[in-house]
Parts: sequence; structure tokens; C-alpha cells
Amino acid sequence: MSTNLADPTRLATPPTFQSVSVSRRIKNGLATGLVWGAFLVAVIPLVWVLYTVLERGFPVILDGDWWQKSLSGLLARQEGGGAYHAIYGTLVQGLVCAVISVPIGIMIAIYLVEYGGRSKLAKSTTFMVDILTGVPSIVAALFIYTVWITYAGLGRSAFAVSLALVLLMVPVVVRTTEEMLKIVPDELREASYALGIPKWKTIVKIVIPTALSGILTGIMLALARVMGETAPVLVLAAYAPYINYNLFDGPMASLPLMMVNERNNPTQAGYERLWGAAITLVLIITLFNLLATVISRTLAPKTK
Amino acid sequence: MNDPVVARRPARSGEPGAERGVAAAPHASEAPIPPTPEAPETPKAPHVRPGDRIFRGLATGSGVFIVALIGAIGLFLIVQAIPSLGLDNVNFLTSREWNTSNPEDLRFGILDLLLVTVVVSILALLIAMPIALGIALFLTQYAPRKLARPFAYVIDLLAAVPSIVFGLWGLFVLGPELYPVSQWLVDNLGWFPLFAKGNVNLQLGATVFTAGIVVAVMILPIITAVSREVFERTPTMHVEGAIALGATKWEVVRTTVLPFGKAGYVSASMLGLGRALGETIAVMIILSTATSAFGWSLFDGGATFASKIALAAPEFNDPRSAGAYIAAGLVLFVLTFVVNAIARSIVAGHKEYE
Repeated sequence: MSTNLADPTRLATPPTFQSVSVSRRIKNGLATGLVWGAFLVAVIPLVWVLYTVLERGFPVILDGDWWQKSLSGLLARQEGGGAYHAIYGTLVQGLVCAVISVPIGIMIAIYLVEYGGRSKLAKSTTFMVDILTGVPSIVAALFIYTVWITYAGLGRSAFAVSLALVLLMVPVVVRTTEEMLKIVPDELREASYALGIPKWKTIVKIVIPTALSGILTGIMLALARVMGETAPVLVLAAYAPYINYNLFDGPMASLPLMMVNERNNPTQAGYERLWGAAITLVLIITLFNLLATVISRTLAPKTK
Repeated sequence: MNDPVVARRPARSGEPGAERGVAAAPHASEAPIPPTPEAPETPKAPHVRPGDRIFRGLATGSGVFIVALIGAIGLFLIVQAIPSLGLDNVNFLTSREWNTSNPEDLRFGILDLLLVTVVVSILALLIAMPIALGIALFLTQYAPRKLARPFAYVIDLLAAVPSIVFGLWGLFVLGPELYPVSQWLVDNLGWFPLFAKGNVNLQLGATVFTAGIVVAVMILPIITAVSREVFERTPTMHVEGAIALGATKWEVVRTTVLPFGKAGYVSASMLGLGRALGETIAVMIILSTATSAFGWSLFDGGATFASKIALAAPEFNDPRSAGAYIAAGLVLFVLTFVVNAIARSIVAGHKEYE
């Protein structure tokens, strides 16, 4: 019956949600603008670099000769020829590196996840893997130089390059494999133990296959990274403008080395070789990155 | 900072029996099943299969191998560097001279290399740190959910571009483009030592300034990736609590995400610094060698540790001259080792990041 005759719009309690003050709104807007700006600023160099490489290199690689011929017998100013010798070198050095580092890397990861526990050795191994991740590629190259060339007395060769790349690839393989092994559910291991299967067989037949897609993805990404490394090839292999199939002897070209060599060549031919090699290297690395994505999509364990 | 929200991984220990049994306990409402099915008659000495022993040996051996490897890197570099250091005719640490062309009269000091390396790295870090922080916040807090992953992929692409390509871009494309900026800085702020007229041709852009910017681009992805990972672990309850108190988006970030992730961000930046110190090829291609010593200007040329070694590497013939460069490499190794170790120890002190 009784109605409040005072101000009918007055609330019984102060409102829970008050409007945000102007200064807070300005700060919020400013912060939002800044973080968007930061992202856009980072995209500029990426687009710029890729555009430069595409614009300057793309016409060169359209020529079929680029993929099938070397620069053997050509003068610095003579156009023509191709990068077959360098592509071969890059792929083979990367492959040999992978063949050595994948087993080592996976075994270290298995040790860390399945055996190491919280022992002192496991802790120092983790620490050393972290340190190895941060070792500059030039230091890795110098190390192999002292071991391979100064002490063993062997010459510069593609195999020495692969050894230096191993130092850079192993920590990446360890990290990704370790992450993958950790997320394999313990129930799978327990089920296997319950059937009386020894631990090593459980790891090989149950744990690794479950984590395989992730491990392979990591290997592909690591491979893509080491193939772009220039410092080791610069220190440990001499450049050859011709094809050399021998890993253990003689100079062998690779795409980064070809770029280092051609960057001081002021002629049109030099320009084409330089940017042609750059786009070829970027393409190869992109290919391995794509391969990694495909593997992680198709080989991923079925969750249902 | 003991946070109950952050789940702890169960403690792992070596043998299956120790921890698997504990981990399985919540599921097994019946009697706990012994994890090793072979009922041992002598429980004190369980039978270990040869396969197990071999496999375990291999795995442990790999672990030992990596520890030994780092030791070997340091050891070999030291052993190679010492004879040349003994032959050095100037002070290794304080001289600015670098002349190894005559193995009979080696004169090499690292002061100039150290200064250029540090200035390039610090410049790169100063540029990259705020941008990386912005990107990490953008990807974890601001970007539309569906786009966050592709955006993160774009940033990771920066890491996929080989450093030599960045170097060529820096020298042939970015350097000349930067000329108006650097000219303006020299003209107007030239009284300040950092912006003084340098010892190389400004027009070519082969300066510390260009190198610093390119290295900044190259270390962006690592700083972003590590910071992002930490920011993502901000406890949801902290964020929701801030929202419930009426915080704006920025206030949520400032009061929850940043305090939680600060140590991780600092550690990420240290990792970036480690990368910048060791960056070789991009710097080698961009920086032109100068005849006079480094004069603290961003528009000087010069060489960093890594670029000096890389430039000279194809001509390593005499072990005495090579030893001089290996000594420089050793200093670089120690530098990056220390920086990385600090970065790791910062994170190691924060259990909530695991």
C-alpha cells in the first residue's frame, strides 16, 4: 500500500557496477593500443625480409638449370649455372647431422624422463642441455675445429660441419622429446608393467610410439634450424663451386656458404646467385617446417 | 609464493616401483597392485633383465656424454688458447690491437671486440625487450582467442629465417633505408657520444646501429616465446579475482600477469641477451671493419667476438694465429655461459613456473 514518495529513481544500495573513470579507461585503451602496436611492429621486418627475398630471388629459381647445375667453370660475372652443388651440400650435411644427433638426443631425453628422476646427474644433464642450447654456433664450430683439425689432424670437410651441427641440434631434440615423453600418461606404462613387460621394452614399444609424432615434429624443426646455420660451414668447410659428393674430403658448397661467397660479387650474376641461394634456403627451411606440421597432424595419437 | 592453484608434478624417482605405485593409488580402490609383476623370491635383489641393464646404461651414458661434452668444449678451447696467450705481445684483456697476421709477433687484445659486442647486444636488447613484452601480452591476453595461435606462429616464423638472410637484408636493404634516421641523429644529437659521427661511411649503414636493430629482430622470437609461456601460467584465480574487483583489462595485466611473470620475463630477456652476444653471421655481414678503434658511437663499425672469428675463420692455417681467435671464442663461451646460467637460475627459483 505504502509507496515511497521520495525520489523514485534512488536505489536502495549504491550500484554494484559503476562506470569506469576516464583516466582508467584511457590507460586501458593506451595499453591495448601499445600491445597491438608491438605485434604489428614485429610483423614489419618479417614481411619486409620475406618480400625482399621473394622479389629478388624468385625469378632466379624459375630457371630449371638452377636446380640441376653447379657453378663449375663459370666466372664470377658469367650468368647461368645453378645451385645444385650447394643444395646437395646443405641437405647432406643436415641429414648426416640428424642421423647422429637424433639417437643421442632421444636417449638423453629417455634418461631424463624415465631413469634420471631427481638424481644429481639428471639435474646437471638438464642444466648442460640448457647451456648447450645457448652455445653460439661459432663456439661450437671452434670446438670442432680444435678437435677435428688441430688434434685429429684431419682436413676441413663436410663431415666436420655435420659434427658441429650435432652440437646445435642435440639440445633441441632433447627438449622436444622430453616434453613429449612427459605427457605420455603413466597409465600406459603401468599397464605395460602389469603385463610383465620389462621397462626398456615398455619405453621402446609403448612410450616412444605414443610420443612419436611430437618427437618427429621436433626433429624436423631442429633440422630446419641447423640447415640455416652459417658459422660452422664458414669455419669447417671450404667453398667449392662444383659438385663434391665426398663428405670426408675436399671442399663442399652449401647454400649459406654460397651466399657468403657471392655477397662480394658486384656483378648481376653475383646478385642473382646471392638472392637465388637465399630464397632456396628459405624454401628448404619452410618445407621442413611444413613437414613438421603435417607429421604432427597426421601421426598424432588418436584421442578417441 | 606457494600457490595452491599450480599443480605440482608428482615427484619422480628412478625405478618404476617407487613412484608408479603412488601415482596409481587413487585409481586402485582395491588392493594396490605391485608394479613389478614378477614376484621376486628374494626381494632384496630383484632380477634385472639384461635388456634393461643395457638400455639403462645407454640412456645414462647419453646423459653423462652431454655433461662431458660441455666440459670438453671448455677444456679444448682453453688448451688451444693458452699457447697463443703466452705468445701474445700485448695485454689480452686491455689491448685494442688485433694483429695475428704474423705468428711470430702476435698482438691481440679483446677490449675493442668486447665493447662492440656489448654495445650491439645491449642496443638489441633495449629495442627487443619492450616489443617482446608487448607481443607476449598481446598473444596471451589481448589477441582474439581464435587468432592467438596463428599470430604466435607468425612470430615464430621470425626464428625460422636463417641469420644469414637477416644479415643480407640488413646490409643491402635496411642499412641504406636507415640513412636518413642516422644522419638526423648525428646532426642533431651528435654532441652525445653514442650518436657522434662514427668511423665508417654512414651512407652504407654498415654500423653498430643497423647491426643492433637486426639482432633485435632476431632475438624477438626467443624472448617472446619464453615470456609467453610464463604469462600463460598466470593462475586463473588471480585473473578472475582481479576481474571480480572490477579491474579493466590493463589492470588485470598489471596486477596479476606482470607480477606473476616478471621473473620469467627477465629470464627470457637474459636468454635473448645470450643469443645476441653470440650472433655471428648477421653481424659479420652487416658490420664493416673499421681502421680506427671503437669510439662508443652507434655509427662506428668494428667487429664483435663472433664476427671477428667468422671473418678470419677461412684463413686459419697457423695454429698460433688460430689460437688467438680461439681465445676470443673462449671469452665468448664464458660470457654466454654466465648469461645463460643466470637466466636459468632465475627461473629455477620459481617453482610456480613448472
